[in-house]
Amino acid sequence: MENHLTVKLGEKKDRKGPVIFSEYKRGDAIRKALSMSREDILFELKDSKLKGRGGAGFLTSTKWMLTAAAKAEKKFIICNADEGEPGTFKDRVLLMEYPELVFDGMVVGGYTIGAQLGIVYLRGEYEYLLKPLEDYLEEMRKGNLLGKNILGKEGFDFEIKIVLGSGAYVCGEETALIESLEGHRGEPRNRPPYPINTGFLGRPTSVNNVETLAAVSHIVVKGGKWFAKYGTDKSSGSKLFSVSGDCERPGVYELPWGTKVSELLELVGAKNAKAVQIGGASGHCIPKPQFEKTLAYEDIPTGGSVMIFNDNRDMLKVLKNFMEFFVDESCGQCTPCRIGNVKLLEGVEMIEKGNYTFAHINKLKDLGRTMQLASKCGLGQSSPNPFISILENFKDEIFNRGNGGRNGR
Amino acid sequence: MEDKKSLRAPVSQKPHVIPKPEHPEYLGGSITVEINEKKLTVPFGTTILEACRQAQIHIPTLCHHEDLCVAGVCRVCVVEVEGMRTLQASCAFPITAPIKIKTTSNAVRKARKHIIDLLISEHYGECYSCFRNNNCELQSLAKEYGVDHYNFGHVTQPRYEVDNSSYSVVRDMDKCVLCKRCVRTCIDLQEVGVLEAINRGHNTHIGTFLDKPLAEVICINCGQCINRCPTGALRANDPRDEIWNAIDDPTKHVVIQTAPSPRAAIGEEFGQGPGKSFTGELNTALRRIGFDKAFDTNFAADLTIIEEGTELILRLYKALVKKEKVALPQFTSCSPGWVKYLEHFYPEYIDNLSSAKSPQQMFGALIKTFYAQKTGIDPANIVSVALMPCSAKKFECNRPEMNSSGYKDVDYGLTTRELAQMIKEAGIFLPEMPQSHFDDPFGEASGAGLIFGATGGVMEAALRSVIEFVTGKRVEDVYANADITPVRGFEGIRYAEIPIAEVGSVPKLLQHLIPDWNWLKGATLKIAVAHGTANAKKVMEDIKAGGKFSECHFIEFMACPGGCLGGGGQPIPTNEQIRKKRAEAIYNEDKSLPVRKSHENRHVSELYEMFLTDGPCGHNSHKLLHTHYVKRGKYIA
Ligand SMILES: Cc1cc2nc3c(=O)[nH]c(=O)nc-3n(C[C@H](O)[C@H](O)[C@H](O)COP(=O)(O)O)c2cc1C
Ligand code: SF4
Ligand code: SF4
Ligand code: SF4
Ligand code: SF4
Ligand code: FES
Repeated sequence: MENHLTVKLGEKKDRKGPVIFSEYKRGDAIRKALSMSREDILFELKDSKLKGRGGAGFLTSTKWMLTAAAKAEKKFIICNADEGEPGTFKDRVLLMEYPELVFDGMVVGGYTIGAQLGIVYLRGEYEYLLKPLEDYLEEMRKGNLLGKNILGKEGFDFEIKIVLGSGAYVCGEETALIESLEGHRGEPRNRPPYPINTGFLGRPTSVNNVETLAAVSHIVVKGGKWFAKYGTDKSSGSKLFSVSGDCERPGVYELPWGTKVSELLELVGAKNAKAVQIGGASGHCIPKPQFEKTLAYEDIPTGGSVMIFNDNRDMLKVLKNFMEFFVDESCGQCTPCRIGNVKLLEGVEMIEKGNYTFAHINKLKDLGRTMQLASKCGLGQSSPNPFISILENFKDEIFNRGNGGRNGR
Repeated sequence: MEDKKSLRAPVSQKPHVIPKPEHPEYLGGSITVEINEKKLTVPFGTTILEACRQAQIHIPTLCHHEDLCVAGVCRVCVVEVEGMRTLQASCAFPITAPIKIKTTSNAVRKARKHIIDLLISEHYGECYSCFRNNNCELQSLAKEYGVDHYNFGHVTQPRYEVDNSSYSVVRDMDKCVLCKRCVRTCIDLQEVGVLEAINRGHNTHIGTFLDKPLAEVICINCGQCINRCPTGALRANDPRDEIWNAIDDPTKHVVIQTAPSPRAAIGEEFGQGPGKSFTGELNTALRRIGFDKAFDTNFAADLTIIEEGTELILRLYKALVKKEKVALPQFTSCSPGWVKYLEHFYPEYIDNLSSAKSPQQMFGALIKTFYAQKTGIDPANIVSVALMPCSAKKFECNRPEMNSSGYKDVDYGLTTRELAQMIKEAGIFLPEMPQSHFDDPFGEASGAGLIFGATGGVMEAALRSVIEFVTGKRVEDVYANADITPVRGFEGIRYAEIPIAEVGSVPKLLQHLIPDWNWLKGATLKIAVAHGTANAKKVMEDIKAGGKFSECHFIEFMACPGGCLGGGGQPIPTNEQIRKKRAEAIYNEDKSLPVRKSHENRHVSELYEMFLTDGPCGHNSHKLLHTHYVKRGKYIA
């Protein structure tokens, strides 16, 4: 933690990337946006085909259009910096090294949807960033990039506030985040209604991931078409990947969508990779034969977490770790997730002890499908993913463990 | 949504109260949906669940309750909505587009069964040792979905300790299904806020502040949470064993007083539809069970009216004539849930509470004094039971102040549910009992005492007497059939003004207190009625802010929605419709009674002649029939 305390915001490591890490100067996007009409900004976003980088992949232009269209005195834009998905740390890098992209994106968002206040929901563990980020906002205020009549634009007042989260993974889910901001227990809400019309304090609210906002800043300056040049047809632009696990060069990488898993592995120096967990604990686990698949919404969608496991890793342990995470992190509100994850974990433990039947494991997979369908929020809907994908993709390894148990009755 | 109310209610569901479909104009149009390939037109915003009910399609539910806002947490009610990736909770999904719904697809059936299996796997409890056996929503779901074995195992050890610290509510969290109805009841419906989910994931449980015992937090004992719990996780503190023991003990003289609301609801426990009173049958059943006497609490309600009415007149006299400082408006004090609510939340107003005890406690004090003297029974050998619709009455009879007879004035508060259980244990089918009367010396009471059971009833009873006392006219000449309709109904807060154009002569009963009524001539009596503590809170906040309720003279408060007939000891389920039916039963019985005004109850007059000889609010009655309150505050150690 010590080096964190001396964080100097905006100091960049030598990072390369076509979009996010490309040239940008503080205030550029705000200046440009304020010279445009709101509709034109939305058109640029539409051209860019930017999808939310928080995981769900919802079109940002649509989200902003709906929030802009909602009628209300007050609206809010929230930057989701809760970054709780195991194995993700790209939002932290953006906030530390590229705060101008994130905050400018928020101001642009505020202008576009008609919000007066932006709120950054900062992961509790990133508390050491709070002071530097606040100092940074103060500088923006001095430069009239925040405050009243921003950059001389009559009537455009916008402020940004940073609120510290308190450490629950589920608070990254946008409606739980809003509950938490309102001072309540961090539990996802029923949807509909959606935050775009009934969000923070019941007002229209757009919740956007840190990286989404950073991309917006570039799009506004360089154009939607420029952005859409990168990536694939359905997945435009580039993506930040947080790479961890068994490789020589873990870290944050910017790659265009459509990059093959194998290409990424090569780039980071992953020699004996046997499995790659893509999309964090709630993502999917890809075995070697599928390494030629591409990272893209149409193939393997992801919020950017890439965890690499080499030949020495025990995939059942990996799975157990994920399931323990969900048992702890479920908000406990709805039945399928609260109890379902416990049952899945128990299944893993049965396999571990060699005390299971295939009939029961299949029953649990079936239960997993119910959890995917009937859980209230994305957590419970995706928590069975590793259970289903790891047991499926690594069945030989897992069910042929030499543990002397009653394997595979 | 920034109003105080939603902030006071930290449940994620609060902003999502979905409008009821009864007001299509208000909702702006209707929408045609397809449910299982059948078309149906419903008002915009109707939930899928409501729509299905209108189409006579049954959807199982667990966390949903008509009285409460939407939760959408159990997921038992899921259905398929065409075009949506996941299943949707029908109770929480407002229809805003012409969607197509499937309620029994394979995925839906499987999901529901899985969810029930999961709930049962965690459910520590056995139906045959559970008071909710045969009236449990979890059990019904299991039956409905043909659960015949534990698909995902079953817990064999309890995880939580039963909390029976409270005189009123017992919490057994091993039977909790985390539907959060109790949480929503306590914070939304009652705005007390004792219960909340604590911890996360598998460790989630319903708890109090710092998981303290219920007796040590600001619970007002209203028991509304019990009435809405779908399982046996919440129940009232049950005194049946002690009462049976007393009945079996030949040295004990066991008497029971019965409040007005239980008789209007107890039939429900015997499979009778709501809305029918079983007063006479109940009397017979009580004697067959072995109670030595069955008394009518309404007698004490009549007495309460005289005492509380006199107190009001005295307060007004002091304020208006003697220009003394007295606390006004006067608040009723017969609902112990309300009293405790005030003691916790508005302790600075306890002087406004009428010092008159509740009917239960007045009766208790009289049984062990007046009745004991009259019959020559040693009060030490009298066991006094009170049949009440209420769980807070159990707390009330255990308040240390409540022993003015020199003994514990009321030994046990017994709920309607618990008595029904005793009747069943005695092998009696209540609806088939012959009818019989209440026992003397208290005998039959007036209709005024009876309507205490409904919200507005205490006010109406008081007005029937006060109007006649002051104006000398008959109430019937002012309000047709003596039905004072402005104070009736289920509106959360009601306000009325009663102008006093002319005055009569002071009745004998009050002559030693008041010389004449001239000071009331031309005055306007301002009164209000509130039921449910959420409504009480609104009135109290208005009083604090110096609003129109601060100008009232007399306000009736009841802790429970609907008044006592919706009390926390009444049969489960309860909802708006059932409460309405119970109220009908009460008002119908009132209509049929020969005496309908408290001051015309001859047993009450006799009591003042023979026993409380210095009259209402006199020395004797102060000793036996009045009490004091405690400033509790919200922050208790
Ligand atoms: C359990 C759970 C955790 C989530 N955590 C995050 C998070 O840490 N950061 C984030 O940006 N989005 C997270 N999301 C997604 C958000 O709900 C939301 O979709 C996102 O913030 C929207 O922003 P975007 O449109 O820019 O992607 C999470 C979702 C779920 C279900
Ligand atoms: S799915 Fe899990 S995290 Fe989401 S609401 Fe249900 S219990 Fe909470
Ligand atoms: S709560 Fe219901 S299911 Fe549980 S033991 Fe009691 S009756 Fe049975
Ligand atoms: S008895 Fe009333 S106050 Fe107490 S927990 Fe239940 S609902 Fe809340
Ligand atoms: S105690 Fe009862 S009402 Fe409360 S959450 Fe548990 S089951 Fe539901
Ligand atoms: S009844 Fe709809 S989710 Fe519980």
